[in-house]
Amino acid sequence: MTKTILAIDDSKAVRDMVAFTLEPQGFRVVSAENGADGLQKLRSERPALVITDLNMPVMNGIDFISNARRDAAGTGVPIVMLTTESSPEMKAKGKAAGATGWINKPFDTDKLIAVTRKLLG
Amino acid sequence: MIEQATEAFVLEARELLAELEDSFLELEDDVTSARIDEIFRALHTVKGSGSMFGYTALSRFTHHFENAYDLVRDGALQVERDLIDLSLAARDLMVSFLDLGGDGPEAEALLVSPEVSAIVERLSNLTGTSEESIEAPGKVEADAGETAAPAPTGVQTFLIRFTPAQDALRNGMRPDLLMRELADLGKIQVSLDVSAVPRLTELDPTEAVLGWIVELETAEGREAVEDVFIFADDADLSITEMTPEISVEETLATEPPATDSAEPAVAQVPAAAAPAPSQAAAQPKPEPKAKLPTAAKSESIRVTSSRLDDMMDALGELVIAQARLEAVSEEISDPTLETVVEDVQRLVMGLRDATLSIRMLPIESVFGKFRRVVRDLSADLGKDIRLITEGGETEIDKNVIDRISEPLVHMIRNSVDHGLETAEDRQAQGKTPQGSLWLSACQEGGEILVSIEDNGKGLDAEAIRARAIERELIDPEAELSEQDLHHLIFEPGFSTAKVVSSVSGRGVGMDAVKTTIDALGGSIHVLSRAGQGTRITLRLPVTMAIIDGLRVRLGESVYVIPLSAVEECVEMDEAESKRDSGRSLLQIRDEMVPYLELDALFGQTAKPDAGRRVVVVRVDGMRAGLVVDDILGQSQTVIKGLSAYHKDIPGLGGATILGDGRVALIIDVATLIRWAETRRDQGPRKAA
Repeated sequence: MTKTILAIDDSKAVRDMVAFTLEPQGFRVVSAENGADGLQKLRSERPALVITDLNMPVMNGIDFISNARRDAAGTGVPIVMLTTESSPEMKAKGKAAGATGWINKPFDTDKLIAVTRKLLG
Repeated sequence: MIEQATEAFVLEARELLAELEDSFLELEDDVTSARIDEIFRALHTVKGSGSMFGYTALSRFTHHFENAYDLVRDGALQVERDLIDLSLAARDLMVSFLDLGGDGPEAEALLVSPEVSAIVERLSNLTGTSEESIEAPGKVEADAGETAAPAPTGVQTFLIRFTPAQDALRNGMRPDLLMRELADLGKIQVSLDVSAVPRLTELDPTEAVLGWIVELETAEGREAVEDVFIFADDADLSITEMTPEISVEETLATEPPATDSAEPAVAQVPAAAAPAPSQAAAQPKPEPKAKLPTAAKSESIRVTSSRLDDMMDALGELVIAQARLEAVSEEISDPTLETVVEDVQRLVMGLRDATLSIRMLPIESVFGKFRRVVRDLSADLGKDIRLITEGGETEIDKNVIDRISEPLVHMIRNSVDHGLETAEDRQAQGKTPQGSLWLSACQEGGEILVSIEDNGKGLDAEAIRARAIERELIDPEAELSEQDLHHLIFEPGFSTAKVVSSVSGRGVGMDAVKTTIDALGGSIHVLSRAGQGTRITLRLPVTMAIIDGLRVRLGESVYVIPLSAVEECVEMDEAESKRDSGRSLLQIRDEMVPYLELDALFGQTAKPDAGRRVVVVRVDGMRAGLVVDDILGQSQTVIKGLSAYHKDIPGLGGATILGDGRVALIIDVATLIRWAETRRDQGPRKAA
């Protein structure tokens, strides 16, 4: 069965890049513009993996992650955070909220694929 | 495809830059934290995305800009006229970078131009950072998924102890995938540390309780191993390089108990990587040395099956005697006796499982003889058919095997005779000339699934409907789904073959097959697609000698309902039964469930009690409620056959002896539920 990946980013360019990179790999990519939108999609689309930006309007990535972990739909689902702030504090915040892994921006398509494969097998 | 994303980036960046201009101008009148956040986010997005879409120069320039607004956001830098002027100038430069259409000599030139340098210097002065200390953007950190360069050290052995954080599974970590990654690096041996596994009743399956001890032999360096665990930074992890002097045995001897250290252990870990309950239950405190597999040769002895049957009978008696003992102990209620009774109960269970396992045979023993059947039949019919068997090693009770052999032959004959076409017919439809017939078996929980599948022409739903109408099995107006129509082939007296051939059509119809499967406590399911083939799946209990049963009371009598069919028990809504709507339906939560009053059905005359109960059972996806006077409890039930005289009473599958010595009848749920189902479809009918 085709696995669904949820890409949450306020930047359409990044969402597109995730979609254009992972769709040829056999995944179905759905996207959301912010954390709140992401939570809704998490519940309706039941993705196998979530890739989320941290700095977003309405609901930021950290809040999304902690909300997702408290939701049945988000329990056990790998969540990868995208961050330009390679600062350890941001990473630690995300991990404490329940992120599974991270990708430091800027990233290339190979890295995106590698992390996706690492977390989904 | 990336070009499209780049276009999206440029569009987006232009929009953001337009918004930025407005935002900066608005800052002059009113400074709000929301607006500062918005500015920071816009700069952040352009910087981050820029370097991903070939606008590195823009990204590097924006980096300085972003730093300034980071300070503003933190309150370390005040918004003043100066900053706004500078911001507007910087924004205009960003537009210039964007206009250059990506990286190249022009963009590089702009980056070092006096104009840009001046702005960068002013920004740097504000933030107090010198340019050198700024991390060169565009640099990709060595990170997950990027395998570090292999260390040229030759093969090393690492001992890895890995205990994920308690919430790792909830947080999406998959230890099994990590083990697989390790396996990709070299040769691994995995053992589990189960010391933190709690009792089954206290086990929270979403919590990570297993520790993993891995011995990895690899030519990759330590960095590659560390990379595997890059995201597991909150785990308890140690990676020790083993020197040849320390053997694994010694290292492990000081370890908490470990389970089987063979590689397949990894494969057995379920996808969710939570400890399987059976695993946890089976080995609460395994002793490492004793449990390690020894090179034991499997020796076998041959015994006649009648001896096994004798043993089974004796065991059955023992189970009954134990039930009596339990009943007596309950009456006396002496703590010493209770302890003994508990011990006996445990031992009897162990003996039961051991004895049942002796009676298990691989299903291959019956599959084997079908090769000949298929070969001979296809030769007779002039067809080219290949039989493929799978899962022959699946074990199933010998008695079950004996009884499904004939139905299987019948279904295989059907497939060969009616299902699969001749080579010419197949070729005309663009199929391979050779037809295939798959026979497979596998275990799923307490059930064995046996399926017979062919890639022939499939069932003809319309022909079935016509036949069923002709035979008055269904109403001509009845609206049945294709699936329902397919299942009509199991109705008594149904046979679609227009010409009774010498191969099939020997009087044993699919209804006989279904009867046999039902009698075994199994179920049968057909899936067919016109032109593509048919699959018939049998679900069979692993054993049929002793089952877990639910004891219920009807008047003075006790009946046993097989526990495997029981879904739930609810209170009877007496108001509903008095309503006499003639429908005998009960609302259970959102669903209407037909119910049967067993007392009426079995001719019990006693006046029904008040507070009756309904046992909701499910077979083949159909639900029905069985109304009983009381629910007595659960017990192991030794199935005894009924005499030839009683054998054909519908709804009864056998008898058993209770702890107090009384006889109880075992209810055959499948027959009852089907009756209930037809009643729901066809409207009211008087109970027997």
